[in-house]
Amino acid sequence: MSRVWLVGRLAIRDLRHNLPHALLLLVAITVAMATLTLGLILHGVTARPYWQTRVATNGPDVVASSVGFAGPAGISAAALGRFDALAHAPGVTAHSGPYPVAWPVLRFGRVTADVMAEGRSPARAAVDQPDVVQGSWVRPGGVVVEREFADALGVHVGDRISLAGRRFRVVGIAVTAAVPVYSQVCFYGGCSGPPGARPSFDTGLVWLTEAVARSLGTAANPVTYYLNLRLAYPASAPAFVRAHQPPPGTGPLALTAWRSLRDAAATVVVQEQQVLLPASWLLGLLAMASVAVLAGGRMAAGDRRVGLLKAVGGTPALAAAVLLAEYLVIALGAAAAGLLTGRLVAPLLASPGASLVGGPGAVHLGGLTVLLVTAAAIAIAGVSTVVPAVRAARISAVAALAEVVRPPGRQDWLIRLSARLPVALLLGMRLATRRLRRPLLSCVSFAITGSAIVAVLIFHASVRGHAGQSGPEGPGDAQVSQLLLMLTVVFVLLAAVNVLAITWATVLDTRRFSAIVRSLGATRRQTTAGLTAAQLLPAFAGLLLAIPAGKQLYAAVQNGGPQASPSGWWLLVMVTGTLLAVAGLTAIPARIGARQPIAAVLTEA
Amino acid sequence: MSQTMNQSMLRAGGLRKEYGREASLVRAVDGVDLDVLAGETVAVMGPSGCGKSTLLHLLGGLDRATAGQIWLAGQWIDQMSERRLAALRRDAVGFVFQAFHLMDELTAVENVELPALLAGRSPRAARRRATELLDQVGLGDRARHLPSELSGGQRQRVAIARALANAPLIVLADEPTGNLDSEATLDVLRLFESLHEAGQTLVIVTHDARIAATADRLISMRDGAFIDETRLTGGTSGQLSALVNLDG
Repeated sequence: MSRVWLVGRLAIRDLRHNLPHALLLLVAITVAMATLTLGLILHGVTARPYWQTRVATNGPDVVASSVGFAGPAGISAAALGRFDALAHAPGVTAHSGPYPVAWPVLRFGRVTADVMAEGRSPARAAVDQPDVVQGSWVRPGGVVVEREFADALGVHVGDRISLAGRRFRVVGIAVTAAVPVYSQVCFYGGCSGPPGARPSFDTGLVWLTEAVARSLGTAANPVTYYLNLRLAYPASAPAFVRAHQPPPGTGPLALTAWRSLRDAAATVVVQEQQVLLPASWLLGLLAMASVAVLAGGRMAAGDRRVGLLKAVGGTPALAAAVLLAEYLVIALGAAAAGLLTGRLVAPLLASPGASLVGGPGAVHLGGLTVLLVTAAAIAIAGVSTVVPAVRAARISAVAALAEVVRPPGRQDWLIRLSARLPVALLLGMRLATRRLRRPLLSCVSFAITGSAIVAVLIFHASVRGHAGQSGPEGPGDAQVSQLLLMLTVVFVLLAAVNVLAITWATVLDTRRFSAIVRSLGATRRQTTAGLTAAQLLPAFAGLLLAIPAGKQLYAAVQNGGPQASPSGWWLLVMVTGTLLAVAGLTAIPARIGARQPIAAVLTEA
Repeated sequence: MSQTMNQSMLRAGGLRKEYGREASLVRAVDGVDLDVLAGETVAVMGPSGCGKSTLLHLLGGLDRATAGQIWLAGQWIDQMSERRLAALRRDAVGFVFQAFHLMDELTAVENVELPALLAGRSPRAARRRATELLDQVGLGDRARHLPSELSGGQRQRVAIARALANAPLIVLADEPTGNLDSEATLDVLRLFESLHEAGQTLVIVTHDARIAATADRLISMRDGAFIDETRLTGGTSGQLSALVNLDG
């Protein structure tokens, strides 16, 4: 017990002694753990708003649609007969519809959008009566716009919109649990639209009178029908769908159970999770690089401390245990801070959008989440400190106290190649290869940050690609876009911390190298440029790797979804911008390093 | 870079270097005047901490003086920009340090060619010159060895070859035999002897009487100031071994 107390006390003392270093590590791991926490606890948070909306609107258990089965003359008598049979099938306790649905193009100002225009009676329906949150329900000449769609369009009650060229006044804003949330309207029931037009991904929902809906249908773009069913046992909805869904291609109906509608309601949050979980792993890797760099940078000071410990009777195991305990304390602190941050930020990301009423309620940290986040934090700190810990255990007390400098690495071909380069690059390449682990970590750090940025660029290119220039922005895209912006900033900040840490570690480690080359005639500017080049070379390599890695990352996150290529100009801006930023960041520690008096360094070396 | 004798190669006047302020003021170099002629070998002797190394650093432009002037090959270096001072160190000065200060990751030949590469010479020319110099110091067969694979004496000979890479006007040596055993000391002394014979200007800071005895002029230093100066007849040419009594 006293041994544990001693290890803990020594670890805490050292952490307090090197507080800035400990805080940097804490921040790096906390960021990764907060992101992981968010990714984990957002699961299922939209179930509650869906249920609230379902209750408020008398939502259906099953929805049947005839999309894709209407001929030029409209729906066939046989298909209508099938609707009638469904409405009176065993287990069905109530129904509404079938309602006529037209598929016109909506125009509001400069914005155009494909629309599912459902014809409804002014009277209250037994199943799926949309909850009017603003204005009034449908009436002749007036349309009601689904709330999330209205937000995306910027439409308010009293505005005028046009549907298939006919003018209507917006009389109300409403929500429903019978149609997937915007912009997933077409996801289950399918969508129709004007002939020749490319399939829309962002169809919105409006309600108008049945007569107007029918009148908006044309031979080329016929009216389809929707039927809402309430079952005696909602849990039996999937079985009901399986029993009554005609075999594929034999139509004329497509059935959707409420669970699919509930899952569609989670689309926005699921999209966020799709971003957050891989981002948390990438940030974890970045944090691991930070820990490795910072731990490596303190290797010399750490060795001296280990030497003192051993000199006063500490065993190799004790020396290693103290080092591991320090990082364990930081990891546990970062896990706690990450969990807390994730818990506090989650409500901001848990909103399912305006398509549903009610909020997600309190977000709970489950035991599994706490366990996973804590384990991940410990793993990050542990993996990165294994090398210094093993070194601490192995190094002799005399060598540790003498601060024996680890011999620098040597790469024959790089030394030969660098001899042919200008002085700054010659110095940069030789500096970079003296401690190969450091530029490798830097390269990995930039590959991770760069791939995240490339993935963001692909996301924006893809969104632009499928939304078109004149369409409204989907709520999921907007929210994911904001999330990506936030994550990009975090990635860039962590990468900047890594750049500064690596450069400073290099400056400290190469004081003698710099002093010698300056005594041989290299100028301050050349040594500063050399130090900067030593950071730029791995950064450039990392960014080159980032381009294909970012594409792979996006493909993995999208799981086969549409993927556009980012503009070559944007990639060029990313690479040159990053390299300029790195040059700017490294110039500060590099200049400080180059100002050290040569004579003093050579005398003490 | 040939210089005629009796022409001043290095001159210092009223040279001072101070550290600290007021009560903690330390005068490492205190009013030194020095004139080194081309082709001359000057030894500066004194006990540890008397300011010898600091003086050498000031003379070679590695450090800035608090007061006084230094002329190197007719150029007044005190007010030179860092850039010009670096160029001067590169082209006109060769340093030899007690601790060798070789790059651990570079082979002997790569260490020797480094100053030439920094001066912008072609890799081929730099390598050729480095190989010649290593042959000259008797380490042609060790060219591809890392410093860790060489003895102390061999490392110092590599360092001397490196100091000569850009054919400097003057070589400044700071305790060049301080870390060497007797045999290695003799090797280094012989090397300096051959440099002296070839007309190389040398300033050697040492506390080793044997190496000081090889100089044309011996200056004694204490507490940052010159206290005595002795002209030694004829230097060491051809009589080194006998003079220092090292050849057993």
